[in-house]
Amino acid sequence: MGRILRDIYSVWWADLRILKRFWPKFLITCIISPILYLFVFGFGLGRRIKIEGTSYLEFVIPGIIALTAMNTSFNSAGMKLNVDRLFYKSFDEFLMAPISSFSLILGKSLIGVVRGLIISCAFLLIGIAFSPLRVNFLFGVTLLVTCFTFAFLGVLAALIAKSHQDMSTFTSMVLRPMTFLGGTFFSLDDLPKMLKIILNIIPLTHASQCLRAITLGQAFPWLSLLILVSFGLVFLIGCIVIVKMSSV
Amino acid sequence: MESVGGKSEAIIRIKKLTKIYSKIRAIDGLNLKVNSGEIFGFLGPNGAGKTTTIRVLATLTRPSSGSAWINGFNVIKRPLQVKVEFGIVQQHISLGRELSVWESMELQALLHHLEISRRRQRIAELLDYVELTGQANQVVGTLSGGMKRRLMIARALIHCPKLLFLDEPTIGLDVQTRRRLWDLIRRMNLDGTTIFLTTHYIEEAEALCNRVGIIHCGRLIALGTPLELRERVGMVTVETLENNNGTCYRYFPDKAAAIAYMQNLPSEIKNTTMRDSNLEDVFIELTGRKVREE
Repeated sequence: MGRILRDIYSVWWADLRILKRFWPKFLITCIISPILYLFVFGFGLGRRIKIEGTSYLEFVIPGIIALTAMNTSFNSAGMKLNVDRLFYKSFDEFLMAPISSFSLILGKSLIGVVRGLIISCAFLLIGIAFSPLRVNFLFGVTLLVTCFTFAFLGVLAALIAKSHQDMSTFTSMVLRPMTFLGGTFFSLDDLPKMLKIILNIIPLTHASQCLRAITLGQAFPWLSLLILVSFGLVFLIGCIVIVKMSSV
Repeated sequence: MESVGGKSEAIIRIKKLTKIYSKIRAIDGLNLKVNSGEIFGFLGPNGAGKTTTIRVLATLTRPSSGSAWINGFNVIKRPLQVKVEFGIVQQHISLGRELSVWESMELQALLHHLEISRRRQRIAELLDYVELTGQANQVVGTLSGGMKRRLMIARALIHCPKLLFLDEPTIGLDVQTRRRLWDLIRRMNLDGTTIFLTTHYIEEAEALCNRVGIIHCGRLIALGTPLELRERVGMVTVETLENNNGTCYRYFPDKAAAIAYMQNLPSEIKNTTMRDSNLEDVFIELTGRKVREE
C-alpha cells in the first residue's frame, strides 16, 4: 500500500511543480468562465426568475460549481495528458517506469482533481459573497467525487484520442452537451419523463443535484452520489484497461 | 528460459518475436541474443522494425507473438521487473518541457524509487557526467537539441540500469555534438552498461559497435562484428560509374583481386574508385537497398 501511494505521489509530483509555478495564470484562466456564467445566467437572465421556491441565483450557483469542477478536472487531467502523450511523447516515460497502471492513472488524474477543487472552491467563495449558501462536509465529499469522476473521464479520453482533434471532438460531443443539459441551468422536474430519464444518464446531472440539495437544504440524493461514484469507477477501470491493453 | 533470479548470460534474448500492425509485419519472427557488456548496433533503413523492436523490449508495445527476455525476465510476464533493468533514450525528445533540468531528473528518480538520501547525489553525479551541471535550473524547453539528448541519457541512467537502449540517439544533431555523444556512449559502456543502439548512420555503428545486427522488413538478415560482416561481402569495394546502370559496386576479398578486376575493365569505363568496404556495402549487398533510403 505504501509503495502504491508513493508511486501515485511520484506521478503527481511533476504536475504539482508545474501548478506551483504557474498557479496565478491557471487561476485567472479557469475562473473566468464560471464568473461569466454567474453574471449572464444568475444576474442577467435569472434576476426575476424563481425556481423550486428559491431565487434563480441560489439555484444556479451550485450547478455552476458542479460545471466548473467538471470542466476544470476534465481539461486539467485530459488535455495535458493528451499533449504529453501525443505531442511531447513524455507519457512514455511514465509507462516505462516500474509502477502499476493503477498508480499511473491515479497519479495522472490527481492534478485534475486538485485543479478542479481549487477553481470550484474559488468560485464557491465568489458565490457565497452574492448569495448565502449552506455548505457542509457532504458538499466537500460530493465536490471531490465530481472532480475525481471527470478527471478520470479526461484521462480516459486522452488515452483513447489518436490526435488533438479527437480530444476537441470529444469535448464538443460529450462535455459541451453535458454543460447545458446536466441540470446546471434548469430544473429537470418539469421536463417530460423520457427526457428526464435521458438527462439522468449524464454524470453532471447527479453532481448538480447533490450540490444543489445541500445548498438549498433539501434531502440529500444518496442515489445520485452513488451513481456519480459508479461513473468514476467505470472511467477509472476503463483507463487501466486501456493502459494494460496498449502497453505490456 | 524463464527467469528465477533475473540471472542470465545474455542480457537480451528475443525468440520468434512478431509484431503485426494492421497486416504489416513490423517485426517478423525475430531471433536475437545480445550479450552483457557489449555495444550492439541494430542497423536498418527507416521502417525496418528497429524502433518497434525497442518498443516491445521496453514494454511499450505488446508483441503479436513470440517472447523476449531482459536480463532473464520475461518482457510480457514480468514487465515491472524488466523496467528496472533498462534505461531508454527514445528517438524523439520525450521530455516534459515545463520542468527544470533538476526537476526532470528528480521526477525520474522518484519514478524509479531512489531513496531521498541518494537522490540528490545521484542527480548531481549524472548532470556532471553529461556536462549539464550549469543548466540544472534551466527549464527543459529552453535547452538545445544536444542538451536535451544528454539530459535524456542522464535520466535513463538514474537507476543504474544494466542495459541502455539508444534509439537513433544522434539523429538531427550536428557533427560536434554527435561526436560528444559517441564519447559519452563509450564511457557508459566502459562503466559496465550494455548498449543497444539503433541507428541508420553507418559510420556511427562502425565507430561504436562491437557487434551489429542488420534488420530488413522486420527480419534479421545479418549478424556479426563489423569486420565479420565486411569479410562476408568482401573487404574491398570497387565502384564504377556505368552509363546505363549508374554506380555499380563489386566486392573483393583483397586489394590484389580488386586491382586485377580494375585492370581488365573496358576502356570506356573511366570513373572507377577502389576503397575499403563498409557496413553500407554489406547492407546494399544483402538487401539491394541503401540504408538511408526511405
